[in-house]
Amino acid sequence: MYKYDEIDQQIVNERVTQYRDQTRRYLAGELSEEEFRPLRLQNGLYIQRHAPMLRIAVPYGMLSSKQLHKLADIAQRYDRSYGHFSTRQNMQLNWPKLEEVPDILAELATVEMHAIQTSGNCIRNITTDQFAGIAPDEVVDPRAMAEVIRQWSTFHPEFALLPRKFKIAVSGTKDDRAVVQMHDVGMEFYLDSNQKVAIKVWVGGGLGRTPILGTVIREHLEWQHALTYCEAIIRVYNLHGRRDNAYKARIKILVKALGIDAFRSQVEAEWAHLKDAPNTISQTELARVSKHFEAMPYATLPASDASFDAAVANNPAFAAWVKRSLHAHKTPGYRAVTLSLKPHGKAPGDATSEQMHVVADLAEQYSFGELRVSHEQNLILADVKLSDLFAVWEKARAHGLATPNIGLLTDIICCPGGDFCSLANAKSIPIAEAIQMQFDNLDYLHDIGDIELNISGCMNACGHHHIGHIGILGVDKDGSEWYQVSIGGSQGNNSSIGNVIGPSFSADEMPSVVQKLIDVYIKERTPEEQFIDTVRRLGVAPFKAYVYAKNTQNTKDEVAA
Amino acid sequence: MSNLIKLNNNVASIVDNEWAVVKLPASQVEARKQAGKVVLFKLTGEKTVSDEQLTNTVIPDTGKVLIPLSVFIARKTELQTRINQGDIGVWLDTHEVLAELVEHQADLNQLPIIAVHVERFADGRIFSLGVLLRTRYGYKNELRAFGDVLRDQLFFLKRSGFDSYLIRADRNAEEALLSLKDFSSPYQGAVDEARPAFVRYNRVT
Repeated sequence: MYKYDEIDQQIVNERVTQYRDQTRRYLAGELSEEEFRPLRLQNGLYIQRHAPMLRIAVPYGMLSSKQLHKLADIAQRYDRSYGHFSTRQNMQLNWPKLEEVPDILAELATVEMHAIQTSGNCIRNITTDQFAGIAPDEVVDPRAMAEVIRQWSTFHPEFALLPRKFKIAVSGTKDDRAVVQMHDVGMEFYLDSNQKVAIKVWVGGGLGRTPILGTVIREHLEWQHALTYCEAIIRVYNLHGRRDNAYKARIKILVKALGIDAFRSQVEAEWAHLKDAPNTISQTELARVSKHFEAMPYATLPASDASFDAAVANNPAFAAWVKRSLHAHKTPGYRAVTLSLKPHGKAPGDATSEQMHVVADLAEQYSFGELRVSHEQNLILADVKLSDLFAVWEKARAHGLATPNIGLLTDIICCPGGDFCSLANAKSIPIAEAIQMQFDNLDYLHDIGDIELNISGCMNACGHHHIGHIGILGVDKDGSEWYQVSIGGSQGNNSSIGNVIGPSFSADEMPSVVQKLIDVYIKERTPEEQFIDTVRRLGVAPFKAYVYAKNTQNTKDEVAA
Repeated sequence: MSNLIKLNNNVASIVDNEWAVVKLPASQVEARKQAGKVVLFKLTGEKTVSDEQLTNTVIPDTGKVLIPLSVFIARKTELQTRINQGDIGVWLDTHEVLAELVEHQADLNQLPIIAVHVERFADGRIFSLGVLLRTRYGYKNELRAFGDVLRDQLFFLKRSGFDSYLIRADRNAEEALLSLKDFSSPYQGAVDEARPAFVRYNRVT
């Protein structure tokens, strides 16, 4: 993974000094609340219900063992010994003290980490596929470009105060796992007809209050121009994005208002001036950064391993975990392992300091000292030998990291919700926990099969509810918490935004509502269909009919009474 | 004491302000609302100045003055002699469009100063305006930020081509000087240093 040189380290160190002084001035009353707000936000610090929340950047989801050990230590020393991994592949602390944040940043800087631009109206953390570099279907490893974009976007002076947040995702696979279509800018790297790396650029996607999938603004962009083309897009947005209404300030609203053709011509006109400017990426620079992402020193191994096969055959629990938790690898004899941060009945995406140390040790011992965070809020060891999988499983299982539910109903994507977040309309974690307990039967979960259930506590959609096969959105009605349910959303190449099935439900009803949706699927599915396929074939109607059937209403009345 | 910081050969110092800002007479327009909140930012290109305001703007007969863009365009003929003498500068708001200035003043470098007024410090359009003036329109003379100008935005203003900063009156310009040095070696190319770090340095792995 990328290692800092003196320039990178200096910027992060100077940031600590700058932010320490900004905090000092705020505490001394020299900066007003309003003046400090964008400064702390651009450093990932929110003021929340109980305490501030600090979002620490994990660029494109990559961490070293050393960094994860440090995160574990920070969580222990400055927080309540746990952290929350987010859908932007970052890590959040829920209970830091505002006055201690500069010290936390100083600690982070010692392991080449920071919290720069993890919030605020600026270019946010670049995200990508958690299997980048190792996935067999990968055409271009997007991580070097992600790092080049990270550096360019860090303290970019022209885009320091945009109308609203700006999210960029990159991917380089046939099967999109980075959800490029739901980002302000999505970049899909591919090889063009001349076998040169090119980029398909999407613009104006996003969830939130107005979910819109992105539109292709350019089918073919040579990689050297990635930064200047982004500058053209973001300049048009910076000047013309709506600042009069925060709910209409994302670039997606501007793109919709102008229409993609008019927006594209403005961008192209701007780019005509920027093309080949000094920010054009040089071959030397890409080569320098790419060196950090070269293949690991893999052993030459056969495609199968007898001890692994025997363990699968003899140990059903291990076999169940293997079935859900492994991802194919480019190199024979290796697998990527997803460690589940979704044990039933616990807050999705949370890891204790102890668990972080365990994962860091596992990465050190079995996966070249590196790991990744997925936007599904799990941790990944990308390079594990088949022969080591049993040992990894045993240790992970002993620490609650081996729930065999990856990709299943209880692998819920979930924002922190009303328990922590001051933006939330409703709690989300207790809903996730209740659904996990409703389906706390692994055989049944496996029978239901692949399905994605996403929960957001408000329309800001941090839990990506629009693109869940089942999406749950917390809403506020007359001061009480209700939940709106949608089905048919999806990420990946066939991204779609779910349809709301009807009036919202109380928290108590939610496990049975999900149960009813699953019942309809089980009854109606063809042998090869996943939940999403059945929804696409039948539409919302049969699901809606069953969920809102008369006896359901009775249940609701009873619950309400 | 002056609250004006100017960069001269990359050295920042506090200097006297020799330019008087000509303001538009107050308008009668009521605050606009969006989603129940008073709109704090005007839309880019939004017409906010009435003909009456243009006519009633009082321009002092002598001295160096900064004229609002709309007044400059409407009353350029009466100002031409003073423009030729170098006594007229132009200021614009962050929601105003540079193309209009260029349309009426082809040679921007005839103006000794252009100033951008930022009503709220969080309005990042000011940065793009600076970049465009310097890189697109080739403007070389003094480029000033005034209004809600605070020290924590100075570094970005400097990188976006501004070389003159009138710090908000209730803040200390002496302290603000420090923020111009927040970062010693930024990553990306910008107006003050067009070459990104990967061009400036031999960054070996």
